[in-house]
Amino acid sequence: MRKSTAQEDLLRGIWRENPVLVQVLGLCPTLAVTNTVENSLVMGIATFAVLLGSSFFVSLFKRFIPNEIRISVYILIIATFVTVAEMCLEALVPEVHKALGAFIALIVVNCIILGRQEAFAAKNTVWRSVLDAIGSGLGFILAMLMMGSLREVIGYGTFLGIPLFGDSYEPWVVMILPPGGFLTLGVILLTLGYVEERRRANRVSAMSAQERA
Amino acid sequence: MSDPATLHDTAHAVPPPPLTQDVSTVKLVFTLVFAGVIAGVLLVFAFHATLPAIEAHKAEVLRAAIGEVLKGPARYETLYVLPEGISATLPSGAREKDFEKVFYGFDAQDTPIGFALVAMGPGFQDQIKLIFGFDPRAGRLLGIKVLESKETPGLGDKIEKDASFRTQFEGIAAPLLGVKKGEKSAENEIEMITGATISSRAVVRNLNQAVTRLQPLLLAYLDAQAKVGTTQEESNPKATASTPNRVVPVDADLRSAAP
Amino acid sequence: MMSELVWIFFSAMVVNNFTLVLFLGLCAFMGVSSRVETALRMGAANIFVLVLTSISAWALNRFVLEAAPYLRIISFIIVIASLVQIVEMVIKKVSPTLFRQLGIYLPLITTNCAILGLAIFQTNRGYGFWEGLFFALGAGAGLTLALVLMASIRESTEFSDVPSIAKGTGLVLIIAGSLSLAFMGFAGLLSGGA
Repeated sequence: MRKSTAQEDLLRGIWRENPVLVQVLGLCPTLAVTNTVENSLVMGIATFAVLLGSSFFVSLFKRFIPNEIRISVYILIIATFVTVAEMCLEALVPEVHKALGAFIALIVVNCIILGRQEAFAAKNTVWRSVLDAIGSGLGFILAMLMMGSLREVIGYGTFLGIPLFGDSYEPWVVMILPPGGFLTLGVILLTLGYVEERRRANRVSAMSAQERA
Repeated sequence: MSDPATLHDTAHAVPPPPLTQDVSTVKLVFTLVFAGVIAGVLLVFAFHATLPAIEAHKAEVLRAAIGEVLKGPARYETLYVLPEGISATLPSGAREKDFEKVFYGFDAQDTPIGFALVAMGPGFQDQIKLIFGFDPRAGRLLGIKVLESKETPGLGDKIEKDASFRTQFEGIAAPLLGVKKGEKSAENEIEMITGATISSRAVVRNLNQAVTRLQPLLLAYLDAQAKVGTTQEESNPKATASTPNRVVPVDADLRSAAP
Repeated sequence: MMSELVWIFFSAMVVNNFTLVLFLGLCAFMGVSSRVETALRMGAANIFVLVLTSISAWALNRFVLEAAPYLRIISFIIVIASLVQIVEMVIKKVSPTLFRQLGIYLPLITTNCAILGLAIFQTNRGYGFWEGLFFALGAGAGLTLALVLMASIRESTEFSDVPSIAKGTGLVLIIAGSLSLAFMGFAGLLSGGA
């Protein structure tokens, strides 16, 4: 196994080990608040900020946190950042805060955040942990945007509230209802699985062609 | 899919020998307390930094909602629904948030316009929360606004977005009656939204329930106010005795207006 | 009062089902819903913790958090974590058999968003003691229902021939989507008469 470089710390979380699309973590917000692009984006940014802050502090203080109580300390740090994020959202974007409701507080139990602390920030330097948090956070925002755009464009016929298809478009309401969340993510995962399988099949056939040659 | 079981194990499993010799309990407690204090300081700071904006926004939302349903009052008073009746003051020691509030609006000449009341009840998906303007003497609604609802987008949420549905409530006499679109025949009837009958009916029902519950209390409050006014103006103790007579016609009026 | 409690119970159980409509508790739903038996146990453990959480959240809101609302999230998560620990210890002491059966599911509950979600929803809606209790029971019943339904479907698809790309999460999500669609049919159930 080769040593991770700074670039790899950053890029890993965005696509190859995307927390939502590949690791399938943090499903609750991914499905619950992605009915519009705006909600998805705000939720993504809030989670990003909490993840970045927590990773920074956990990696900074990792020497002083005894192993026995590390989870409690991590949760304390995460919960503090979530509370701060919730208050900031309520002060800055009150309408979106209302739309996201309880799901902002639920960032605390988002497996992605605790997972990154335990798997990375607790063992690595501040710099690398911050890069890792930025990568995973961007990966999360990417997945949220993907879900949000698909659901809003098909479900409302708009993008960020701007109509795309004119009046004759009949919106697929189901996409913005709860079943739409499950189905959209399901279809995205199936598509990724299909692409991955095709790629593997191509690689195998290329290899066997080489062997024959 | 990472198995939650493994996730849990990595996240929670404290290593089997819990207290190794080099970490004392004092250090554990100290670390937790220290982290707690830092978190607390940060939170209090953030709380006080964001509080003014949050409070200002809440007040603005409330003011806008009251303004909308009372058609732009110049000012309003906040009244509390106490068990013994509506009052402008809270009993000593009571907490504001424990009581339902109603808002009494006045126009620029300080003439009362009516009350803004909050109605809440089950809708199609979840609770619907409405605020509506109401004139208890005339028994008429002045306007409604949906504060919170989770009705189906594109169908049930028309109770919020469809202006032609909302305007029907302006000046209508309670109790309301929901009818199909295009079948309105009486003055107190509301035409339902096609495809959102249950949501529309829920709005009508919630409004009726709130009116039935609050109208007597509001009338009692207005009568009490009138009584105080008379006593002060005439400074004649006998005037109080005559007030009950004055109450009756208003009450009777109302009954005839609201069959 | 009574009818309101019944409404809260059924609303949380079917109309606004925690898992299929509000997306709470999905980790458990995805992870342990492959056997009906384990789904039932997980459901039971959840109901138990939900009820305890509801009572604690009510007490915290009533007596502590009024003075310091900014401590809400922290105090809820700490109380939930400690509750789960205590429940685990008590069950271990009282019924080792049950403890073995519940096994890993108990500590897992701490990170289940349904539990914290319940506490937050209850606070946002200003529920009192009984309302909170019925809300917790309804939510627990709803979680169990969703888990058992999902597990029954997964048990019967176990040996069916699905395309290889659909094995795993993709298939579970599509099934969950169909279940969620079915649960949409419950909407309007509780809106009462005219």
